[in-house]
Amino acid sequence: MTVTLNPLYRFDTLVVGAANRLAATAAKAVAESPGTVYNPLFVYARPGLGKTHLLMAIGHAARAINPRLVVEYLTLDEFVEAFHAAIAAGHGDAYRKRFLDVDLLLVDDVQFLTHRREMQAELLRLTDALQTASRQIVLTSDRPPADIEALDERLIRRFAGGLIIDVAAPDYETRVAILRRKAEERRAGFADGVLEAVGSLDIDNVRELLGALNRIIAFQAVSEKPLTAEQARMLVGGEATAEKAERTERTETTERSDEQPSPSSPSSPSSPSSEFDDFLSEIAATVAQQVDAWRTRVSAAILRWQGEGFRTAPLQALLEQEMVNDPERALREFEEDVERLQALQADAAALAPELAGSAAFRDPANLAAAEEALRQAREEGPPPPPPSPLWRLDGFVETAANRVVLEAVRAVAASPGDRYNPLVLVGGAAVGKTHLLHAIGNALADREAPVACLSAPEFTGELIEAIDRDAVPAWRARYRRATAFLLDDVHLIAATDRTQDELFVLFNALMDGGRQLVFSAAAPLAELTGVEPRLRSRLEGGLVVELPAPDAAVRERVLSRDLEAKLGAADPELAAYLAARPADSIRASQALLQRVLEAAAARGVAPDVALAREVLEEPAAPPPAPPRAPGRSSGIVAAGPSATRSREKMVWEWPDVADRVVEEWR
Amino acid sequence: MSLVNFTAREITCKIVYYGPGRSGKTTNLQYVYGRVPESRRGRMVSLATQTDRTLFFDFLPLELGTISGFTTKFQLYTVPGQSYYNATRKLVLQGADGVVFVGDSQARRFDDNLESLQNLQDNLLAQGVDVRQLPVVFQYNKQDLPGDLILSQEEMDDALNFRAVPSYGADALHGSGVFETLRGISELVLRRLAVGSPVA
Repeated sequence: MTVTLNPLYRFDTLVVGAANRLAATAAKAVAESPGTVYNPLFVYARPGLGKTHLLMAIGHAARAINPRLVVEYLTLDEFVEAFHAAIAAGHGDAYRKRFLDVDLLLVDDVQFLTHRREMQAELLRLTDALQTASRQIVLTSDRPPADIEALDERLIRRFAGGLIIDVAAPDYETRVAILRRKAEERRAGFADGVLEAVGSLDIDNVRELLGALNRIIAFQAVSEKPLTAEQARMLVGGEATAEKAERTERTETTERSDEQPSPSSPSSPSSPSSEFDDFLSEIAATVAQQVDAWRTRVSAAILRWQGEGFRTAPLQALLEQEMVNDPERALREFEEDVERLQALQADAAALAPELAGSAAFRDPANLAAAEEALRQAREEGPPPPPPSPLWRLDGFVETAANRVVLEAVRAVAASPGDRYNPLVLVGGAAVGKTHLLHAIGNALADREAPVACLSAPEFTGELIEAIDRDAVPAWRARYRRATAFLLDDVHLIAATDRTQDELFVLFNALMDGGRQLVFSAAAPLAELTGVEPRLRSRLEGGLVVELPAPDAAVRERVLSRDLEAKLGAADPELAAYLAARPADSIRASQALLQRVLEAAAARGVAPDVALAREVLEEPAAPPPAPPRAPGRSSGIVAAGPSATRSREKMVWEWPDVADRVVEEWR
Repeated sequence: MSLVNFTAREITCKIVYYGPGRSGKTTNLQYVYGRVPESRRGRMVSLATQTDRTLFFDFLPLELGTISGFTTKFQLYTVPGQSYYNATRKLVLQGADGVVFVGDSQARRFDDNLESLQNLQDNLLAQGVDVRQLPVVFQYNKQDLPGDLILSQEEMDDALNFRAVPSYGADALHGSGVFETLRGISELVLRRLAVGSPVA
């Protein structure tokens, strides 16, 4: 789509005369340092006066200076075509991005922007973006911007903010110079005065001039004698000659009669108002530059703040306006708002780190929302930790032994804060305290959020972090707005003075608010050491229930469920056998099942009772020598038959006697 | 006078041509007047004596049309050069956004130039305006006279333009340098738009 630059259209092939000297100089300046001077450069001239030549010459020269420069030349029609194709394909953004990566954009024939509002808006956006990024845009047209019908006023100003320059028709000398150069290129020789005669004709279009040259070259090629000046003149256009002669005479007469000029009718070869027009055009450019300088500043500010993630609607609204009363003040106010937002955001982030990216702190036009968010953060902090969704009440196996506990739990779930408050679940390791605690939490969370459910060490850890961040009030507020508070392993707060103080205060606050509290403890409360009596007495004030160790019936039901989940079919016999094996917790029984499943997998057979017996009852064969780890290691894998109460506390193997000796010696 | 009126969207520049008597200030304005299309110029007011000397001042309003959304107007004034009209000069100088000092290049008018420049500085100072803060350009008129009668542009610069502001050689009668000077002072004045705080 993009036209390759015509290799013949270079500065060294451009004949520079009085009519195009300014344009050529500006074009060279642009080519030498794109984006720094005259941006955008707008060149206008009637057809056939070398606009395209100038445009492509800029491209060639800029590339010669910096070969890595991305130069794109296209006509407005191509620009429009590409835009429509991109929009039709839904790639409008890609289209914009494509031009934003161009260092030097050369757009020919922009007069066709007439009545194309959509393209005008697109070009305006592009011009702004390129200018902001210090990239050069050069445009040509057959008329000045102000004369392009229905052209957006803002575009006119953008162009005026750079440099608008025209290329006039070549004068006699330039015409002759062009003819000579072209004749030389064509290796056509002419008698003296021939080219001058053609040059003196009233042809002020370079294309037509070259057409005239073609005619005399063709004529001379077929004639026996060299062409004379008079013949050439007649050949190309006798009438034009007469007109020209007449005009020359008229000019000379005028000049002679103006030797004594009066100030009110001043003399000059140029028309009376041209000096004023030149003056006006320069003044307009200066005013546009000065007045529109604020647009550049606003655009830069928009890019900057958008880059930092802030909304810039107020600044964008400024750009939409023709002129604002005081752009500097608007910019200053916006920046003050942004600074205020940043301060609010920093405060909020100190309270709750996840608020740092909150949208409430991104809109300078809505400081109130940010202040409200900070106020909430101060008052509430982020939601307290929720219960784990893995543990549900219906997943807890009910037996005769734990029925009392489950009834209490159901009562709490049905009417939190009403009947058993606090509820304290007591039980040994791996009897299902945590499962039940989180299950209650989930049941309550289903009713109304937020529910705080965490372990005592996590609670202590959060407090320490809050002290460290100097955000204890926010941390407190976070828990106080919980509709229920469930703390696992409350015995682990032993010897933590500050945590116990905080828990005590929180306990009272929540109780006063009628919120449900649930705790779990590894031992009966009376046996807990290191827990302050005032806290203990409050825990005892509710309902304390003991979770029994799971009996064989519970274990069998859990194992049946596990087997069904893992094998896809229930095996009641195997489940019953495994449940009957000595184990003091569900987890220990599950470990036995795991061993059987692994053995079955190793042998490639289906797990059954026989295999289980073989694996679990036969004296353990010396395990195959495990691959030695580079260092000493011990694996805690499964429960032994007795001796230890849970597998966490049992050592499965000592890999090396020497290690064991060292261990004992220590 | 406000330079830029954002509320009325108006830019008004008052430019005063200052200089010794007979240096060509009015000629400058007349030349400009002759080049401005009728639709753009107001009536040129000249209060002159019978011998064609400016008695009070010349005033030429120029409507430059709407530029960047602003109705842009230039008001060109001259002051009477003769030393006894200092009260009028002070009056005209009030609220000037820029000054063109039209110097007479004739060697015999050298002292008149110095005196007038001194007078300009005194009058500005009396109005609390620091000449260093005000846009000023120099025009050395009558550069078309025979070389032995006049000082060159460089010599005039040496004598008057010690702050190295823009200066232009001119032949105001034939228009040479007139618009260059006007353009120069206009640029200086308008460039203050960017740095000067807008006044409502």
